[in-house]
Amino acid sequence: MSVDTTKVAKSNATAAATPAKPSKLGGAANWADERLGIGSMMKKNIRKVFPDHWSFMLGEIALWSFVTLLLTGVFLTLWFVPSMNEVAYQGSYEQLRGVYMSEAMVSTMDISFDIRGGLLMRQMHHWAAMIFIASMMVHLMRVYLTGAFRKPREINWVIGMLLLLLGTLEGFTGYSLPDDLLSGTGVRAADGFMKAAPVVGTYMSFFLFGGEFPGESIIPRLYIIHVLLIPALLLGLIAAHMLLLVYHKHTQWPGPGRTEQNVVGFPMLPVYAAKAGGFFFIVFGVTALMGGLMTINPLWKYGPYDPSKVTAGSQPDWYMGWPDGALRIIPGWESAFWGVTLSWNILLPILILPILLWVIVMMLPFIEAWITGDKREHHLLERPRNAPTRTALLVALMTFYGLMWAAGGNDLIAIKFDMSINAITYFMRGAVFVGPVIAFIITRRWCISLQRHDNERLLHGWETGVVSRSADGGFSELHLPYTQEKQYALTARDRDEEKTYTSESDVDENGVPAPDTRKNRLRAKLSKFWYGPAVQKPTAADFHEAHHHGDHAEVGAGEGSKELH
Amino acid sequence: MLLIGLLMTGGLYTAFSPATAQETKTDAELIQQGRELFLVGCSSCHGKNGEGVSTQREGQIKGPSLVGVGAAAVDFQVDTGRMPMARPEQQAPRKEVLYNDEEIAAMAAFVASLGPGPAIPSPEDYSIDDLSEEERVAAVARGSQIFLTNCTACHNFNGQGGAMPEGGYAPSLKGVESKHIYQAMLTGPQSMDNFSNGNLSPEQKRDVIAYLRAIEDQPEYGGFTLGGLGPVSEGLFGWLIGIGGLVGFAVWIAAHTTRSTKDKVEA
Repeated sequence: MSVDTTKVAKSNATAAATPAKPSKLGGAANWADERLGIGSMMKKNIRKVFPDHWSFMLGEIALWSFVTLLLTGVFLTLWFVPSMNEVAYQGSYEQLRGVYMSEAMVSTMDISFDIRGGLLMRQMHHWAAMIFIASMMVHLMRVYLTGAFRKPREINWVIGMLLLLLGTLEGFTGYSLPDDLLSGTGVRAADGFMKAAPVVGTYMSFFLFGGEFPGESIIPRLYIIHVLLIPALLLGLIAAHMLLLVYHKHTQWPGPGRTEQNVVGFPMLPVYAAKAGGFFFIVFGVTALMGGLMTINPLWKYGPYDPSKVTAGSQPDWYMGWPDGALRIIPGWESAFWGVTLSWNILLPILILPILLWVIVMMLPFIEAWITGDKREHHLLERPRNAPTRTALLVALMTFYGLMWAAGGNDLIAIKFDMSINAITYFMRGAVFVGPVIAFIITRRWCISLQRHDNERLLHGWETGVVSRSADGGFSELHLPYTQEKQYALTARDRDEEKTYTSESDVDENGVPAPDTRKNRLRAKLSKFWYGPAVQKPTAADFHEAHHHGDHAEVGAGEGSKELH
Repeated sequence: MLLIGLLMTGGLYTAFSPATAQETKTDAELIQQGRELFLVGCSSCHGKNGEGVSTQREGQIKGPSLVGVGAAAVDFQVDTGRMPMARPEQQAPRKEVLYNDEEIAAMAAFVASLGPGPAIPSPEDYSIDDLSEEERVAAVARGSQIFLTNCTACHNFNGQGGAMPEGGYAPSLKGVESKHIYQAMLTGPQSMDNFSNGNLSPEQKRDVIAYLRAIEDQPEYGGFTLGGLGPVSEGLFGWLIGIGGLVGFAVWIAAHTTRSTKDKVEA
């Protein structure tokens, strides 16, 4: 092997070689490395490998919209005044001139009308918040549907769920800050929700508001929560989320050369840095376009908050929409005893249901691991169809969420689709229970059909569309096998029976009931339910059988091999 | 067109208002004409003498009594096409107007003769044209607070309308003539509250109209309004355009690899 050394050293072949003058960049890098020791870190990390698939970039949308939120948010803090002092508005928007409102509202009006670029920044900030939480949810669905949450990534799943929760709270506090009619209504609702908590409710409300609602403390308090407390927590958790991502390395789709021990993709530098860096500009650009072209929260039309006012279409931002839907459809259940009233109609949909659903989603990896008893590490992803019960479970949850979401917009559905709001409410009361079950059954059957289809493709190849007629008049279509790579990718999955948990004998050799018998039986039952109806990939014997049935020519992977059906 | 309408209604009103002895004959004729129109177009639900028609079912009516609703109610209902209804339903929708101005005035005169009620307002009551710029701005600011207090709960902050129980709805206020808004406040049609002059003075009603005209005429500062319906439509667009677009870009980025698609040239 000959190496061209002329770039790093000079030699006339008779004298000893002298090193060439190092480049300026190299000198700077060396200076930094000698003081910070970044060389070894960089050496490892700039070669970090990223597999290429669009679904791996959904989390990045969340990251980049968070960066957009930080940038636009800093701009807004320069002018926003978190104060509830009441002053008369004297700004450019004449429709509200002279109207008394809080300084928070006045400063938000000024940002919108009297500060250059302020309205754009406000709208970008709000749209970026919508996208931030939405992308977290899309990312969550991707991770769940592909099985990327399995060992060793369960902790990162929990961190992600915390991020989703904090992002929602951050969104709610931001929604409440401008002190317009809509945000004030939201704060009023939150006050009511807190007060619905038994025993501690009124104490919590008085503690948060510094006295009776609305008081004069809520905006400054929400402000510091919004700009310091939650962003700091979010930043810390995002850092942890990404450190774990680097530590675990990326998951990847199965394929030739891809194993549980390697990652196949492109290195950070130069390819992935360009792709991810470019994606930031795209996210920022889309947000800027939306902020520039699409109105969000036109608070000049809402006017200042006043507890005596409320507007039709008072809804929370979309991520709080589904608990609002639950609140809208629940019957007016209350019970009164010992002189107190317990409002189940608020307690159940707002204080219990969202937390319950959040805990269920957070526990999904642990529940699945317990049911399957699978303790192996997983770095190769599973296609959604190859885990029919898991996929169906998420679709059922999504259906529940979506129906609740729709119920949260029942008034707008009523006027836009010319329906009775009462009929929508009654329908939703049933649909939120029945819909997820139907969705579960349909999705599972659908996945299983797709699995059968895969097996069909493996055993019989692809339909060429070339139809032949035999001598005795029968028609048949020519099938050709897929490439070996394709066949490998289709079969690169475990057999479920290897993963199904079966309980051992209920009694030990002495006839004494084994410990945890009941638990193990349940586990075996659930495990059977989890894997039971799934279709398994063909065995070698199946392949052999399929390729030899009838009097067809032998089918290999090579060219020219063909099969008639 | 609006001006012509206003002038005509105003003109007709002054022509037919029961003010002087000289016009009494015309008035009686007008009431007679209105009565004939009423018997053909309205009496099947409201009764031959406007006394209302109840159904067999307790508590249900076919058409309410029109005694005391006044000329303003007739002018509002018929001039917006809401009456006569095409079919019995939850709420009479705004539709094509079936009578001309003269006929409406005749029916209004007939119904007004059944009992005392609010008269058709004159353009001076609701017009904001004769206000100075300063007065107009002050009226708009006052109107904003009256509107946000009394109207937005059903009609939405933007006047886009909202849902009412059992398939009813508060209609959109966009493009509704000032006269009709004034009359609606005055007479409280269908499920709407009645804002009598003791409740909201004529000046306050005019302020509300001034505010509605102002938010209708102002540019949409934030860009497309997305229906002006609040967070639900914002969320919808956030998902469709925001997430939809960005996922599209993600697919685009991931589909472009650095690997050459050209066949390798074997040396």
